[in-house]
Amino acid sequence: MSLNKEQVKEIAQLAKLSINDSEIEQSTIELNNILSLMAELGEIETDHVEPMAHPLEMSQRLREDVVSEADLSEEFQAIAPKTGKQHFLVPTVIE
Amino acid sequence: MHTLSVAELSKSLKNKEFSSVELTQHYLDRINRSDLNAFITVTDELALSQARAADAKLANGSGSVLTGIPFAHKDIFCTKGVKTSAGSKILDPFISPYDATLSHKLNIENMVMLGKTNMDEFAMGSSNENSFYGPVKNPWNKKMVPGGSSGGSAAAVAGRLSPFATGTDTGGSIRQPSSLCGITGIKPTYGRVSRYGMIAYASSLDQAGPMTQTAEDAALVLNAIAGFDEKDSTSALRDVPDYTKSLRDSIKGLKIGIPKEFFSDGLDSSVEKVITESMKEFEAMGAELQQISLPNSAYAIPTYYIIAPCECSSNLSRLDGVRYGYRCKDPKDLNDLYLRSRSEGFGDEVKRRIMIGTYALSAGYYDAYYLKAQKVRQLISEDFKKAFQNVDIIMGPVSPTTAFELGAIKDPVSMYLADIYTLSANLAGLPGMSIPAGFSNNLPVGLQMIGNYWSEEVLLNAAHQFQTQTDWHSVLPENI
Repeated sequence: MSLNKEQVKEIAQLAKLSINDSEIEQSTIELNNILSLMAELGEIETDHVEPMAHPLEMSQRLREDVVSEADLSEEFQAIAPKTGKQHFLVPTVIE
Repeated sequence: MHTLSVAELSKSLKNKEFSSVELTQHYLDRINRSDLNAFITVTDELALSQARAADAKLANGSGSVLTGIPFAHKDIFCTKGVKTSAGSKILDPFISPYDATLSHKLNIENMVMLGKTNMDEFAMGSSNENSFYGPVKNPWNKKMVPGGSSGGSAAAVAGRLSPFATGTDTGGSIRQPSSLCGITGIKPTYGRVSRYGMIAYASSLDQAGPMTQTAEDAALVLNAIAGFDEKDSTSALRDVPDYTKSLRDSIKGLKIGIPKEFFSDGLDSSVEKVITESMKEFEAMGAELQQISLPNSAYAIPTYYIIAPCECSSNLSRLDGVRYGYRCKDPKDLNDLYLRSRSEGFGDEVKRRIMIGTYALSAGYYDAYYLKAQKVRQLISEDFKKAFQNVDIIMGPVSPTTAFELGAIKDPVSMYLADIYTLSANLAGLPGMSIPAGFSNNLPVGLQMIGNYWSEEVLLNAAHQFQTQTDWHSVLPENI
């Protein structure tokens, strides 16, 4: 499988990364080199193998739904690029 | 005093040979004179105030074995009130509002944080050249890389700018720089040390551990940082042994497995020679060597470089310029804010891995890449399970070569290939270690030891015994 420049642009869009025309050539080559490295896995027969998502055989722990943290909203907002009225502010989305 | 180990410094502090403030100032002076670029942030004032608090504890006899010992903290661990950048421009403005569990655990021992160490951006790299703050130099030869991603931590310990450092290891990021800088480093079993507040790269692979001068020091630090944490849902609910207890046990009869796949074509012959010599040392101590096979280990590279980017593309999606970190100037709309904050904030390798992960997880490709990689991950893990039915420990090289020159490897795939011997332990979740085993062309060579799940004691015991018979770990770079 090999990607063309248009597909690379599409992936960048999905990843919310912009890629300019001067970079696209090199990026496409690099990504294709990485994908050919990955193609090696095609050599292995895995039809009856269970996928391993996680190294430990553990189940998700549950806990009582009680408040465990103090309200740190002010501290978290203090480090944000832009805030107002206890909200994180971004450019207007809907007029 | 900077040539003393943590264990030795601890005794000297107890015996009042010097105070923690004196010790801390000594290291701060060394850091400020150093040209290794090992630190992103030096926390002089904080360090001295922590040292004063430690001295007070030591004076009234209430300190622990680690009280007053300075350390260098990888800049991937959140530290309240201190910049935590993960080596990235996108987190350059980030002053963490909270402490990682690991930071907290070192704080309650009254340890002294000298600063935050340089690293490959978001721990993605094997040379420390992917840092927004510039590459780190290897103390053994300043033209060479220190390895990565915990390159700043490794250089700080090797250059004796800190008695020990913290590191994280997702695909070799503790072991490989430890090997290239000639120090001792252990990546514990996945789940042994809390990941809370450790900036995530690939969550099913990441694990934190100590980078030290000796195995004894690694045991002392691991004692303080290991253990269950309610705040990390993947942290293991298991008792933590006292890792110093078994250090002095004999290793007579220890069964060492040597995987033939770890001595493949790409292994530098002078590195191989050092590894073979160190095996003889273990044999002389009564260990039994046997050849084993990990037939799927060659596939660790493609498997890792699918799984880790998939996880990172998801983990790093939270860096969007909205709640913390870097935001681009004058975004014209929300999409522009996302696009430019991320594109201006992330470096090339991080972008590459996000793109690969985004592609591999996208509709139509999931089965071919991610699911396939998870299946091969299972096979790699089963190889280890089989091997550990017959052996106690697996040994081989950490890295196929010694430290390479800064700027020498430009192609991403060639850089990935350097991780061949370290990735499989992360995929399986097993503990791994690097200890100094000798030199090739005046550059250190590390011996890798991989243990069964939760067998850190076996690794530390074998490493300590090796260090009682050899002095590779105490050889210093020039002008130290």
